[in-house]
Amino acid sequence: MMKINEKVLKNGEKAIFALRSLYRSYGYSQYKMSKFEEYDLYAENKSFLVSDNIITFTGAGGKLMALKPDVTLSIVKSTKDSDMALNKVYYNENVYRAEKGTGDFKEIMQAGLECIGDIDDYCLCEVLMLAAKSLSIISEDFVLDISHHGIVADALDRLNLSGTAKAQVLSAIADKNLHSAMAVCESEGVPAKKTELLKSLITCYGDPKKVLDKIEPQLSEGKAAAKELKRLIELLGKNIPQDKIRLDFSVAGDMSYYNGLAFSGFIQGISQKVLSGGRYDNLLRKMGRKSNAVGFALYLDLLEELEDEADEYDFDAVLLYDDKTDISELKKAVDSIALSGKSVKAQKGIPEKIRYKTLMKIGEKGVEILEENA
Amino acid sequence: MKKMLNIALPKGRLGEKVYAMFEQAGFECPSIKENSRKLIFENEEKGVRYFWVKPSDVAIYVERGAADIGVAGKDILLEYEPDVYELLDLGVGVCRMAVAAKKDFRDDTRKTLKVATKFTNIARNYYSSLGRDIDIIHLNGSIEIAPILGLSDVIVDIVETGTTLKENDLCVVETVVPISARLIANKASFKFASYEIENLKNNIAEIIRAKG
Repeated sequence: MMKINEKVLKNGEKAIFALRSLYRSYGYSQYKMSKFEEYDLYAENKSFLVSDNIITFTGAGGKLMALKPDVTLSIVKSTKDSDMALNKVYYNENVYRAEKGTGDFKEIMQAGLECIGDIDDYCLCEVLMLAAKSLSIISEDFVLDISHHGIVADALDRLNLSGTAKAQVLSAIADKNLHSAMAVCESEGVPAKKTELLKSLITCYGDPKKVLDKIEPQLSEGKAAAKELKRLIELLGKNIPQDKIRLDFSVAGDMSYYNGLAFSGFIQGISQKVLSGGRYDNLLRKMGRKSNAVGFALYLDLLEELEDEADEYDFDAVLLYDDKTDISELKKAVDSIALSGKSVKAQKGIPEKIRYKTLMKIGEKGVEILEENA
Repeated sequence: MKKMLNIALPKGRLGEKVYAMFEQAGFECPSIKENSRKLIFENEEKGVRYFWVKPSDVAIYVERGAADIGVAGKDILLEYEPDVYELLDLGVGVCRMAVAAKKDFRDDTRKTLKVATKFTNIARNYYSSLGRDIDIIHLNGSIEIAPILGLSDVIVDIVETGTTLKENDLCVVETVVPISARLIANKASFKFASYEIENLKNNIAEIIRAKG
């Protein structure tokens, strides 16, 4: 049995072990995929991607290939519609995306899961619960923001906006930007009375019950969505502390792909959202499937922001030797330090820019200590 | 321990005006007025820590979480499109992003329009919404000189009073978008300090309302 010293694992690596075991215990099987995919898949679904800048190359046979910028599309592509069975998979893969601003490509470590098939309340609740549990594995200090496209659509539909104005209002909802949303409505001649729900969606967030109490009476088409949220949050409350779950309508995705539930996860000490998920039946329709789907992704490379303070020392010991040293004696000395659980670096000169606790030398009389820093 | 809000303010006249609003809203930090070269100022009792940064960098500090909130011009937000919450229009630093050209300029739609600007993203989005083919020339300053020397047909730049344009025989052809200073917040910070941020935002909104 392989033994793992937890001290050498980074937060992201530790999280992967815990997440795998969590997802497996709820019946999700691991989905391992190749790093490449035909470019066409992404070209057809560009707005589903976080960034449409993709690394491409010509594969054998002249096909244009891409280094994966996304996992969900590949999973959906490989999933067949089946009458009864639910496809529950989890993954832990690297994806390649252009960094905002510089445009340089970055390798991003992602974990996540997808549930594809006949999605019912239980599936939605399970995925939400696993999202919250995934966050709690990383830190107890987390928040899971939940939204519903059905409610946002209700607020938007009553405004009768042109395409551009609708996109501007959606972006204002995502930015909690009330003044811009109202300015767009005004310039489009929307009567003030019709903007009340929009105002509430931008300004109300937090405790799910309080938020729903405020917006529910204002809903028409979105009533079913509010009921769904109520049911899910009540079920979720049995597993997850209530103060960790909040309603926030600034969580939204491209409505041509996503529908229904949408959620984002945040962790104290990390400057961006670490989890993003939701229901994406519309993507499956675009790809000619009848099934529905819900899932989420966790951006594990962001956990670096949580890394503990750097170690005070690079190694416990540096062991100096020279050309005259008996190599078998040196090996014995290094092995004995390493086996005692300490780290040791054997080399001939005193290293520069390396911090060590103990500087040792191996000579004719054996190992002698030259310097102690601890 | 009280949660300290890190606030990035834009260095310069606008920043001082904005700080005055924060002070009036009850988030004063007297040491900021001392004549010193310090860049960070703290008032533990009020739970605020201010720092001055280059105006165009405020959005980066906030987006990356080095500041929880900050004040940035709408021009910067439109140009860099940072992933932040835009909570309030502060109504100060009011100006507009405009297309300007020589007084005798006539848009020859048979040709690609040469546009000189510091704000390439804003210019690109604006002309793409009009479906106009353009050639963007990115300049870092003295944009007004570009049409005079024939480097470009028009410029896209911030216009406050229009004096600089007038002095260079240029005039505004079109307003692209009105600009003013906005209160922005880091999305993750907002989740964990929403009470503090909302409280500050509401107090400032009250001052803006009172001023009418």
